[in-house]
Amino acid sequence: MIRKSIMSLLGLLLASTASADWALNMPRGVTDLSAETYGLHMMVFWWCVAIGVVVFGVMIISLFMHRKSKGAEPASFSHSTVAEVLWTAIPVVILLIMAVPAAETMVKLEDTRDPDISIVATAYQWKWHYEYQDEGIDFYSSLARPSVEARRKQSGVDVSTVENYLLDVDRPVVVPKGAKVRLLLTSNDVIHSWWVPELAIKKDAIPGIVNETWFKPNEVGTYRGQCTELCGKDHGYMPIVVEVVEPAAYQAWLDARKDGDAKFASAQ
Amino acid sequence: MTTAVADAHAAEDHDDHGPTKGYKRWLFSTNHKDIGTMYLIFSLVMFFVGGAMAMVIRSELAVPGLQFVHPEFFNSMTTMHALIMVFGAVMPAFVGLANWMIPLMIGAPDMALPRMNNWSFWILPVAFGILLSTLLMPGGAPAGGWTMYPPLILQTGDAFPFLIFSVHLMGISSIMGSINVIVTIINMRAPDMTLLKMPMFVWTWLITAYLLIAVMPVLAGAVTMLLTDQFFGTSFFLAAGGGDPVMFQHIFWFFGHPEVYIMILPAFGVVSEIIPTFSRKKLFGHDSMVYAASCIAFLSFIVWAHHMFTVGMPLTGQLFFMFATMLIAVPTGVKIFNWVATMWRGAMTFETPMLFSLAFVFLFTIGGFSGLMLAIQPADVQYHDTYFVVAHFHYVLVPGSVFAIMAGAYYWLPKWTGHMYNENLGKLHFWASTIFVNVTFFPQHFLGLAGMPRRIPDYSVQFADFNLVSSIGAIGFGLSQLLFVAVLLTAKRGEKATDRVWEGSHGLEWTVPSPAPWHTFTTPPKARIANESFE
Repeated sequence: MIRKSIMSLLGLLLASTASADWALNMPRGVTDLSAETYGLHMMVFWWCVAIGVVVFGVMIISLFMHRKSKGAEPASFSHSTVAEVLWTAIPVVILLIMAVPAAETMVKLEDTRDPDISIVATAYQWKWHYEYQDEGIDFYSSLARPSVEARRKQSGVDVSTVENYLLDVDRPVVVPKGAKVRLLLTSNDVIHSWWVPELAIKKDAIPGIVNETWFKPNEVGTYRGQCTELCGKDHGYMPIVVEVVEPAAYQAWLDARKDGDAKFASAQ
Repeated sequence: MTTAVADAHAAEDHDDHGPTKGYKRWLFSTNHKDIGTMYLIFSLVMFFVGGAMAMVIRSELAVPGLQFVHPEFFNSMTTMHALIMVFGAVMPAFVGLANWMIPLMIGAPDMALPRMNNWSFWILPVAFGILLSTLLMPGGAPAGGWTMYPPLILQTGDAFPFLIFSVHLMGISSIMGSINVIVTIINMRAPDMTLLKMPMFVWTWLITAYLLIAVMPVLAGAVTMLLTDQFFGTSFFLAAGGGDPVMFQHIFWFFGHPEVYIMILPAFGVVSEIIPTFSRKKLFGHDSMVYAASCIAFLSFIVWAHHMFTVGMPLTGQLFFMFATMLIAVPTGVKIFNWVATMWRGAMTFETPMLFSLAFVFLFTIGGFSGLMLAIQPADVQYHDTYFVVAHFHYVLVPGSVFAIMAGAYYWLPKWTGHMYNENLGKLHFWASTIFVNVTFFPQHFLGLAGMPRRIPDYSVQFADFNLVSSIGAIGFGLSQLLFVAVLLTAKRGEKATDRVWEGSHGLEWTVPSPAPWHTFTTPPKARIANESFE
């Protein structure tokens, strides 16, 4: 708790939660791979800072020292093979240092084998449909009612009073903590994209194609994301909410869901 | 026109003529300087049209909730803003600079194909007239993004065929302009000017012209397939008919990635002219700059799928595109190091063109850093289609390409008008632009990392703070550009410019009078003379 408050006080360059205002950085996320992705992001960032300090440092020194108003006389050199070989070779080495861990993480990201749960997510303009394979349940997930009312042009609603404005749905995806969830993505109309930053997963939902991706959440919680491929007028209004719960709670949710669906079917 | 040139014409050129009067001078122009001027003015007009659309976008995004426009119109604005800025502002501005300066820099009397030059310019106002007219059509202007991904773009209303036709026209104009540049450079250089002696601006434009010829037909093919999918029953990109929507993205980005370098290589050229002038030192490593630019051009053809890391490609494909993309950092780094080495131990002064060029080096490098981050595929999964990407490409396009165009305009303006522009006004324009461009685009990095997708008209309240900062910056940047108009309107009030204009300038364009007479180099100059005048 103390650590958390210090972090939010320091703010700058430290990971802050995605929902905080003035958030500066990517969330560390709640899967092993999201933490790896965050690590890659920070590694490349610090390399860029280091290179920036050297290049901008030399440039700034030059800007102050080598100005005509200080009586600088221009030198006549216009070539140096040693320097040019060095500043071609050194970046290659730095790139290799970045490329190896990046490739390792990429291989893991693509490994969708042996899932515990498979969910087929089908995108529509402008909502998501989820089908839990092997469980026989499916449902649509659309923008939650309070946001729908507030989002209209000049609706008169102060959107800051709407809880999770534009990031809440009527029926979230529920998954158990610690399970490897495989997501099968496709679309019924145009291309959409499924993204939840805390899970570090983004994959396009494309008509005629089934894409695969996976995540294995380590922490219980509610994680919010949005469609990230322009899909028409309500592109900004098709959020994604994933609720990660304890396995027992997941089982209870499944049972209630099946029960509810059965009641609904018998009422027809 | 100076007496020396007039006398020379009177003595040996019975075909001498000045510009015709009235609209015919411009409509039927075959003069590279007049056509260059028209290109530059056209691109400035488009810069303000596209800028006005950016103001609509940033106004709507200033605070959460929908205030001014409906989502569909918002999407039209982002789509049209991009198309106009890319094809209407940045590309024609560089063609304008090429028209004006390449013949002067290589000692040619005009472009090689003057009538085609006229044609390639006059197509543009037609193309953009068509594109802008879609704003008034039923169904609105195109709203599927400038990338025109199907199937979404096929949902465009009556505007659809007009969009396709205007893109075709822009492509034809670019191809004709490029043919002209290549033929001029290859055939009309001053006798002593070998290829490796050419100024960097000429070199980068030669490479750019080849890129344009290579990829504009690819774009034309892609949009033609969209057209036939829509109207003639084909299914190139429609899954229901056995087509593949992802194939469009591959074809589009095979055009789109070289297009990125089409918009930055001439900028490299402009900056490579200006930094040596105001450092009073030769460009460091001229030949390695040429090789680096060629290297970038080659690599630009084999990295396209890094725009598509989330479409679901085979692992090996993604690995290849990640490594190839990272490799671009090497030649780009060489260029930046060479500019810094050019400044090192020079004797610098900081006139407006130099200020814009220095800001270019700083801020383009920042855009390069975020580009390197985007190349890392697992991280790109998080960045893709967020404001982080928006921040990245605006850093390389606004303080990148646009600042280089501004730098070039200030640098050569005295040669065009014969008068020094108002330096104080220029510096004010520079500082306002530089401060506001960073206020606008730097916070967008944070927005993207925090999870804000691009191309959305409204957002969750957690993104409110930085969006407001960005919008304030954008309005400031937009207003700052009016200072540039003020500079242009007062451009002829300054003191008379000398032939050389700048103390440290070198090259053939500085051997002709200021303003450059209507006809220059009717007899080829000796490049050696110009080089010696510098050394």
